[in-house]
Amino acid sequence: MQRLTELDDLKRMANTVRQDIIKMLLAAGSGHSAGPLDLADIATALYFNVLNIDSKRPHRKDRDRLIVSCGHTAPVWYAVLARAGFFPVEELKTLRQLGTRLQGHMDRLTVPGVETTAASLGQGLSIACGVAWAGTLDRLAYQTYCVLSDGEHDEGSTWEAIMFAGHYRLGHLTVIVDRNNIQIDGPTERIMTKEPMVERYEAFGWHVIEIDGHNIEQVIDACSEARAIVEKPVAIIAHTIPGKGVDFMEFDYRWHGSPPGSVETELTPPKDQQGAVALKQLRTLGGRITNSDL
Amino acid sequence: MFTKDAHLKRNTLSKEVELAPTRDGFGLGLVELGEENDDVVVLCADLADSTRAAKFRDRFPERFIQMGIQEQNMANVAVGLALSGKIPFVSTYAVFCPGRNWDQVRISGCYNNANVKYAGAHTGISVGPDGATHQAMEDIALTRVLPRMTVLVPCDAEETRKVVHAAAATPGPFYFRFARAGTPAFTTAKTPFQVGKAQLFRDGKDVAIIAAGPIVHAALVAADRLIEKNISCRVINSPSVKPLDEKTIEKAARDCGVIVTAEEHQVAGGLGSAIAEHLATTYPVPMTFIGMHDSFGESGEPAQLLKKYKMDADAIVAAVHTVLKKKRR
Repeated sequence: MQRLTELDDLKRMANTVRQDIIKMLLAAGSGHSAGPLDLADIATALYFNVLNIDSKRPHRKDRDRLIVSCGHTAPVWYAVLARAGFFPVEELKTLRQLGTRLQGHMDRLTVPGVETTAASLGQGLSIACGVAWAGTLDRLAYQTYCVLSDGEHDEGSTWEAIMFAGHYRLGHLTVIVDRNNIQIDGPTERIMTKEPMVERYEAFGWHVIEIDGHNIEQVIDACSEARAIVEKPVAIIAHTIPGKGVDFMEFDYRWHGSPPGSVETELTPPKDQQGAVALKQLRTLGGRITNSDL
Repeated sequence: MFTKDAHLKRNTLSKEVELAPTRDGFGLGLVELGEENDDVVVLCADLADSTRAAKFRDRFPERFIQMGIQEQNMANVAVGLALSGKIPFVSTYAVFCPGRNWDQVRISGCYNNANVKYAGAHTGISVGPDGATHQAMEDIALTRVLPRMTVLVPCDAEETRKVVHAAAATPGPFYFRFARAGTPAFTTAKTPFQVGKAQLFRDGKDVAIIAAGPIVHAALVAADRLIEKNISCRVINSPSVKPLDEKTIEKAARDCGVIVTAEEHQVAGGLGSAIAEHLATTYPVPMTFIGMHDSFGESGEPAQLLKKYKMDADAIVAAVHTVLKKKRR
């Protein structure tokens, strides 16, 4: 598969991935919008630059592992996996439909490149700890990455895993927290306090890096820094904008669990035009490209 | 008497029969397995001595993971190890796994088809003085409903040792349970054991007693007593709750016409239910269920509790009389 080293290429890929997400959700008629859209830059940076993986040999023993804990963000991971060559891009439009490999939440057994089945929140970091532990037992040099949503820090089991990784100083483990400040029922700090997130991780023995989750260079740099820190686990708190790239979705928790065409407010286009408007915004980079062909 | 092929100990029904807790078989099996297979890893949630996981820890400290009191995390650290080629054994009391962490067992273990071995300790009413909180009476039900899960209930320490080896050799999620109290060690290395198979321990024609766990011994005692009343009991040891040995069970229904099931578990969802579900669609016969009838246990000595909650030989004898009255002539 193609490793992208030019920032412009990575940005273009992230934009393509966002369009894939909108198209998938439109075809499916259900699913989560905000999280997948805000993770597009991180997912692109991981699959096209950071991860040492090969779509032609998805089970290579020394590959880097990415454990996605927040299974509801499936569309963004399906999109990057398809774009990275793990399965045909054509298949993306089958999301959530009967007979598809692309289940509403990711299934390891059906989708090439998916490292674990995920959905019930608060489970992925524990799995990542086990994967990292096995790498040490086998003296393999792979890095284990785990993407967590901010909402799943409500789960006690997430903190069990944070405590465990800190206690055993799992040095080849990197967590990326999608800090988008929303969860299904509202803003995160209103539903259940997450802050101070940095201090909480540090208190459990982690090294913490804060980044702008939409700055691909920062994502790549933070992952390099995390790999270099081998005496403790690293948490990268990636500040993101939910719904990033589609203006009527940005910052609005109501798009957490809803696809385009399902929510109507004073800020949105009519339901039947939301998909087209979203895709046009992405294609034109929010209107900055004015070529009439677009 | 006992079927020859069962190779049960001669002193099985005598007072001199050796007592050993089934958890001892777990510890021994783990150590044997550790010698054979470098991929075996054992996880423990702060109960190493009690579950006997300590036997493995002392021999292979580098492959033992102390999890602290984190059953949810433990279940999924095991999944991560399994996805990386290890054969992890998760050990704690069954009330905590699969009790506390059933969601992890369901999604990350079974839906994920992870090669995790769940070892449930302190099962049944015979846990004793710790009381209802620690007496796992629902674990078979919790695991048996999960697709891809194998469920085993060994009858003594030796069979538990065999189950540990079988767990490692069977791909996919695998639950087995064992108990705290010393119970008769009556099977031998020669006693046949295979996942998916039940064994005829005693042949008979009037009634079939199908049991799993240490209560199998009580079934043999009951069958021996019923001979005096001219009642011939077939006793089947059915450690493999899932997959069930449907052939042997169906044959028992056809040959004997009535069945008593026995287990230290809630009647709802246990071995008896599994047998009833199968026979209801193949060869329905009158049945009586020995087990917990929709209540919680309490503190007491194992023998007192088994008597009070009707899971001993006396209760099985009574159940046989009851079920025989329902027999179609």
